[in-house]
Amino acid sequence: MNQVPLTHILIVSAALFFIGTYGLFTRRNMITMLMSVELILNSVNINFVAFNRYLYPEALEGVFFSLFIIAIAAAEAAVAIAIIINLYRNFHSIDVEDADELKF
Amino acid sequence: MIASVVVFYILAAFILVTGLLAVTSGKIFRSAIWLLFCLTGVAGLYFWLGMEFIAAVQVVVYVGGIVVLIIFSIFLTQQTGKELPAPVRSRTLFSALAVCLGFVLTCLLLLQHHFPPPSPWPNYDFGEPDMSVSAIGAQLLSTSEHGYVLPFEVISILLLAAMIGCIVIAIKTKPEDK
Repeated sequence: MNQVPLTHILIVSAALFFIGTYGLFTRRNMITMLMSVELILNSVNINFVAFNRYLYPEALEGVFFSLFIIAIAAAEAAVAIAIIINLYRNFHSIDVEDADELKF
Repeated sequence: MIASVVVFYILAAFILVTGLLAVTSGKIFRSAIWLLFCLTGVAGLYFWLGMEFIAAVQVVVYVGGIVVLIIFSIFLTQQTGKELPAPVRSRTLFSALAVCLGFVLTCLLLLQHHFPPPSPWPNYDFGEPDMSVSAIGAQLLSTSEHGYVLPFEVISILLLAAMIGCIVIAIKTKPEDK
């Protein structure tokens, strides 16, 4: 494991972060935007785990931060999908360009 | 030793290619399946780093939970065979430009920075670090100085609040209530 420098893992996670950002910029469908957010959260988790493993191998802090981020991501995805389904009921579309009224 | 290096680069290429396909694929269901592969690749990266517990949590929560939830909501809201409308060309161009510039900047900063070798804590005997599930559980529920019992309780309240919130948001109001 130590044959690969830490910088390469960080470059992979940075690339994953910017792929997610690209998806968030270009997509206009709410479900695909949610997928991009999941990619961004995963890249952050990779960073935490890699820092824990390489710089402080005797500690467990990175594991706990990753666990809490995963739990919050699960809660966020559930709430987001509830909002998406409610939006679909009102607008019959989940494109963000169609949802242009604050109150129906 | 060299095999683990090869495995890392294969995993990294797999994660990045499937992630890129997940955000560019024209059909939403294929996009969800590419996301599934990408999250599995991230779980493989955790295995490669020696964090088996995080890898297991990643598989259970992301691959088994979130992706299945996303696929359910796709079936509820979309005609799956239909192509998504392609994004506007100027928006694609400028966001690709911004993303490339940001990535190059981050890489330059990363390559310039020199990370120190692992700093030994006092009383640490340089043995194999204890990453077992029992060690994680003991520290997660410990009330001592390095324990995480308070965030653990807070996040359980958060999960309860999210569950109730989902039900309240997605509940169908009866027509006579309006």
